[in-house]
Amino acid sequence: MAQEPATAKPLTREQAQKLLYQMVLIRKFEEMSAEMYTKTKIRGFLHLYIGEEAVAVGVMQSLGTEDNVLCTYREHGHALVRGLDPKIIMAEMYGKQEGCSRGRGGSMHLFDAKTRFYGGNAIVAGHLAMAVGMALADKKMKRNGLTCCFFGEGAIAEGAFHEAMNLAALWQVPVLFVCENNFYAMGTALRYTHAQTDLTLKGAAYGIASAAVDGMDLLAVMQAADTASDTVRNTGKPYLLVCNTYRFRAHSMFDAELYREKSEVEEWKKRDPIPGFYNYLMLQQLLTADDFKAMEIQAENEVQEAVDFAETCSWEPVEELTKYTYSENAS
Amino acid sequence: MPDNLITYRECIKQAIREALLGDERVFMMGEDVGRYGGAFAVSKNLLQEFGPERIMDTPLSEAGFVGAGIGAALGGMRPIVEIMTVNFSLLALDQIANNAATLLHMSGGQFNVPLVIRMSAGIGRQLAAQHSHSWEPLFAHLPGLRVLSAGTHEDARYMLAPALLDPDPVIIFEYTSLLNLENKLPENTGSIDISKAKVRREGKDISIITYGTGVYKSLEAATELAASGIDAEVVDLRILRPLDEETIIASVAETHRALIVEDASKSVSISSEVSARIMERCFYELDAPVKRLCGAEVPIPYPKHLEDAAVPQPAQIVSSIKNILQHA
Repeated sequence: MAQEPATAKPLTREQAQKLLYQMVLIRKFEEMSAEMYTKTKIRGFLHLYIGEEAVAVGVMQSLGTEDNVLCTYREHGHALVRGLDPKIIMAEMYGKQEGCSRGRGGSMHLFDAKTRFYGGNAIVAGHLAMAVGMALADKKMKRNGLTCCFFGEGAIAEGAFHEAMNLAALWQVPVLFVCENNFYAMGTALRYTHAQTDLTLKGAAYGIASAAVDGMDLLAVMQAADTASDTVRNTGKPYLLVCNTYRFRAHSMFDAELYREKSEVEEWKKRDPIPGFYNYLMLQQLLTADDFKAMEIQAENEVQEAVDFAETCSWEPVEELTKYTYSENAS
Repeated sequence: MPDNLITYRECIKQAIREALLGDERVFMMGEDVGRYGGAFAVSKNLLQEFGPERIMDTPLSEAGFVGAGIGAALGGMRPIVEIMTVNFSLLALDQIANNAATLLHMSGGQFNVPLVIRMSAGIGRQLAAQHSHSWEPLFAHLPGLRVLSAGTHEDARYMLAPALLDPDPVIIFEYTSLLNLENKLPENTGSIDISKAKVRREGKDISIITYGTGVYKSLEAATELAASGIDAEVVDLRILRPLDEETIIASVAETHRALIVEDASKSVSISSEVSARIMERCFYELDAPVKRLCGAEVPIPYPKHLEDAAVPQPAQIVSSIKNILQHA
């Protein structure tokens, strides 16, 4: 059970319920996405975040509007918490031109300039050096923002991770690296892919302040992310936050999950961040069962509206096929 | 220097210096660009003049600093990223192909990447198979990139400025074999149009279509051919993606013959593309089949005689053209 950290400011009822709502919205949105996938409304790859919600919700609370956010291909939840309208996310997954990337990207490539949401990157570790460069630009231009870069533990095995960490530390740029360690790089477990499974040591090797947190515990994530973000803002240096979490669903919709025991999944489900936080709020008398029921209905409605919207959206004319290849054609 | 001669190296340096002076968002990074002065001494003393914030030495980390260049471009800077040789660019190919070339498209037009990547390329300094290549075709294959080839002093001096104004990623190929070569800069060249090929020599008998190190070799051959009464036109493609088809077609429609010259190996090359476009657009203008003189299908060898044999030389251009005209 989540224990409210002594140093954290107590949550107001409104704040507490908003946090829970964000997790519930992600869960409902993803369940609907899976349903729409089986109905072939959504195609391509679809990677669900179910089980990992506390990480995106918790970390995102420490970010401001001036900060940049880069994510992996498992990013619907991050996009929702960052403030993208569920309607344009769903439209994007349908491939409609009203989508947040005009339908050009799909599930793995959600982008939104307004909220400084830079994808939706589907090359594992391919966006880490980009994040370093964005932070470098902020530093050179003397802007205050930090760049928050989410990636999985699979990325840490890539050379690109190590190049990015070295450059971030060498140049002392404000990047918050958030490793969402769900213990499986697709279907291969951490212990089969890393000689050193204490991932914080990977940051420490570059002299980067690093910490690990229980990624199933929303309040713990929030506090760790606050500490991490404050450190980045105060020092201008990078920070590696490892959030240990678990994906309840398959890697993608094509995954038969041959690589893990059902009992392991069931064990982790006991630590589901949504009931965990629900129980905590009930205990703290910041939530009633009726509140939660209303919250679920509200989220379901919001998700249904997103689907209804996506259904009514339009396909981009084929004549525009090459439109976004170069800027001169993109306006 | 006498007669206003300038080296190709100095042209590149002046272009970089002008860019740094003209726009405070511009900075350059790459391996050994600062304290060492550039692997080929292109950026010598620029660190002293502009300081370490604007001339950034990077670790040997091509994927890292090219990726960082993309990020800095997204963040509003105008980075010039130097890759020491074209061979090393493959270590950054993921960043170039999967990020720089795709972000504008994947984001539905929201995020353009105003990045310039300069890389030393070409064959002719006995640097062997891992330090010399003509890999322009690899990059010219990728939609989303603008690929330039600086085959002349003029382009070495004036291509960078318009490249930095381009909202999208631009790759500039520079040629190590030209670095020490002295030449005059044409007068009245303030800025050049990087969407257009350039006719370097006008002629009526045949179009030599080329780029990069092929340009001076073709001009040399054209001069020799003139002595035999053959008037060859030399078209410098200059931009390899997107190709300036109009200039190619206009030239061939005038001369009715074409020889395409490049150092890249023949299969799936720039010349393959140019040849195909000529067939598609003006087949009936041709008085002779399109011919190609390309690099041999071999990794670049070290010994001078084999290296020379691996790429077209002016004498071969001359004999090829005489052959084409003889059989016309």
